[in-house]
Amino acid sequence: MIRYLGKRIFYMIIALFLIITATFWLMQAVPGGPFTSEKQVPPEIEAALNAHYGLDKPLFEQYVDYLIRVITWDLGPSFKEKASTVNQIIERGFPVSLHLGLQSLAIAIFGGITLGVIAALRHNKWQDYTAMVIAVLGLSVPNFILASFYQYIFSIKLGWFPIAQWEGFEYTVLPSFALAALPLAFIARLTRSNMIEVMSQDYIKTAKAKGLSTFTTTVKHAIRNALLPVITYLGPLSANILTGSFVVERIFGVPGLGREFVMSISNRDYTVIMGTTVFYAILLVVLVLLVDLAYTIVDPRIKLADGGKE
Amino acid sequence: MERILEVNDLHVSFHTYAGEVKAVRGVNFYVNKGEAVAIVGESGCGKSVTAQSLMKLIPMPPGEIKQGEILFQGENIVNKTNKEMEAIRGKDIGMIFQDPMTSLNPTMTVGNQIVEGLVKHQKMSRSAAHSRAIELLEMVGIPQPDKRVDQYPHQFSGGMRQRAMIAIALACSPKLLIADEPTTALDVTIQAQILELMKELQKKMDTSIILITHDLGVVAEVCDRVIVMYAGKVIETGTVDDIFYNPQHPYTKGLLRSVPRLDLNKDEPLTPIFGTPPDLLRPPVGCGFTARCESAMRVCQEIDPELTEVSKTQQTACWLQHPLAKSRIGS
Ligand SMILES: Nc1ncnc2c1ncn2[C@@H]1O[C@H](COP(=O)(O)OP(=O)(O)O)[C@@H](O)[C@H]1O
Ligand SMILES: [Mg+2]
Repeated sequence: MIRYLGKRIFYMIIALFLIITATFWLMQAVPGGPFTSEKQVPPEIEAALNAHYGLDKPLFEQYVDYLIRVITWDLGPSFKEKASTVNQIIERGFPVSLHLGLQSLAIAIFGGITLGVIAALRHNKWQDYTAMVIAVLGLSVPNFILASFYQYIFSIKLGWFPIAQWEGFEYTVLPSFALAALPLAFIARLTRSNMIEVMSQDYIKTAKAKGLSTFTTTVKHAIRNALLPVITYLGPLSANILTGSFVVERIFGVPGLGREFVMSISNRDYTVIMGTTVFYAILLVVLVLLVDLAYTIVDPRIKLADGGKE
Repeated sequence: MERILEVNDLHVSFHTYAGEVKAVRGVNFYVNKGEAVAIVGESGCGKSVTAQSLMKLIPMPPGEIKQGEILFQGENIVNKTNKEMEAIRGKDIGMIFQDPMTSLNPTMTVGNQIVEGLVKHQKMSRSAAHSRAIELLEMVGIPQPDKRVDQYPHQFSGGMRQRAMIAIALACSPKLLIADEPTTALDVTIQAQILELMKELQKKMDTSIILITHDLGVVAEVCDRVIVMYAGKVIETGTVDDIFYNPQHPYTKGLLRSVPRLDLNKDEPLTPIFGTPPDLLRPPVGCGFTARCESAMRVCQEIDPELTEVSKTQQTACWLQHPLAKSRIGS
């Protein structure tokens, strides 16, 4: 177990290193610099700025500097927002994004599983068709359209929820549902097809032959087995929610990390772009590892390779 | 002798897109207390459907018990609700399925799978049921039962899983045990061990057994009586001796010729029955075996023969038993 974890963490570090390297060099490949903008900056001032931020050093040196800064978790100052460091921007934006993300994930998991189980138990009945129409809509409508649609119906027409901003629970509802739509639809479809398959398995017949009620059979024997593959997808799904939040945060004016990220790109705020990218990358690999560990707990057949054998 | 089970004129159909599949078409048989009865026949002849009807475990829809009665301890269970059936399943009737690899829940310990039934039917506490589960595993011959009880099915071999299935089925000491091809998926040596175990437990617990198989070798070892099914009907029934030494129906004779036997002349070649059983979507009007039968007569195609007595213990459904046919063959 320890050895397995060590190995996984080692691979994680390599993956992160590759991501950081790729981001760094891709940024260099983009034409223009952080101080290129509409307003002309006098050349001597631009040179002074470049020197101040170390942008005049050879590229490789800048790269090594950056690696060291990432390791010490000091992501440097923001170019555009003079008063804040990248660390501060992340500390400010991430809790908001996390709140939104967790709320969406909860809606997606709970809603998706419920919808999927109902659809499977009512296979080829109207409940099944309704659930699958919802799922197809969720999968095919892009979340920026869905977000605008929610704003139109629930804020402008019905006035139930505020249209934008982030000042209390009622502000979180529409963005959470907008963000949850796609993963919810995905989980619903996956749960449904797994449930249908599991319900035809022999061990379900065994459970019934023991005299267990339909309810016990469904909950104790079917759902658990049907959810195993869903858990595998939670890692990528969380990633989906995190990246999906770029657009949704913008539309709803949520002051989260996704919005900072999008803004930093249009501002060419190098350190913020890099910092948030690295932060997202770390978040992702950690999530994937956590999901894998969770999987071994729910599925007894999966044993973590002990003593190095896989 | 006390009859524990009596099936009268049972008809079971499945409603499919292609039409109504008449899987069971008027089956009659009985099982006495403490008796082991075999149901044999080629695959697809309705053995599993008959067995699962006895517990009302056939999926409905598409399945439907169209007609007939199933008297278990004198009570007709055809009209019982699902709730009433839950009280009978696992408690009065236990069931073992063909494939031990797939009939245990892979994400639940073997112990918990035994415990479930005990908690439900015997109102045991979980800890008492756990101890009982260890005893049951020991009874079915699983070594180190106190360790094994908390393991998952994938840690068991095929034979051990089938032993565990037997432990589950016998947990509440049912009066009737239905074993649907319990050894078909196992190696020959393991097969013999499992049959041995079933025989031993049957004596010990005084359970009645319905053993479903397409392997006549298995029958001779465990059973008292045999029911031969063909195309959803019983075409011959009798004691093991009747069926093995005095088979009447050409199909039964064909079945016997197609399996290796230790007690008969080794020089006699094995001959499989040619042809295939009829399509149960459009079952034939006459005897279902006509097309494959060497002694088929015109009447066989037109009218389905009824089960008639050959002796006190043996019955068969074949026109060759008719006095006219007998006299023709005789002359
Ligand atoms: N769920 C089902 N839907 C449609 N047809 C079925 C179903 N289950 C069984 N049958 C049909 O019933 C007939 C008898 O099947 P079965 O009892 O399983 O045969 P066996 O004697 O091999 O156990 C077969 O023709 C099969 O196709
Ligand atoms: Mg079968």
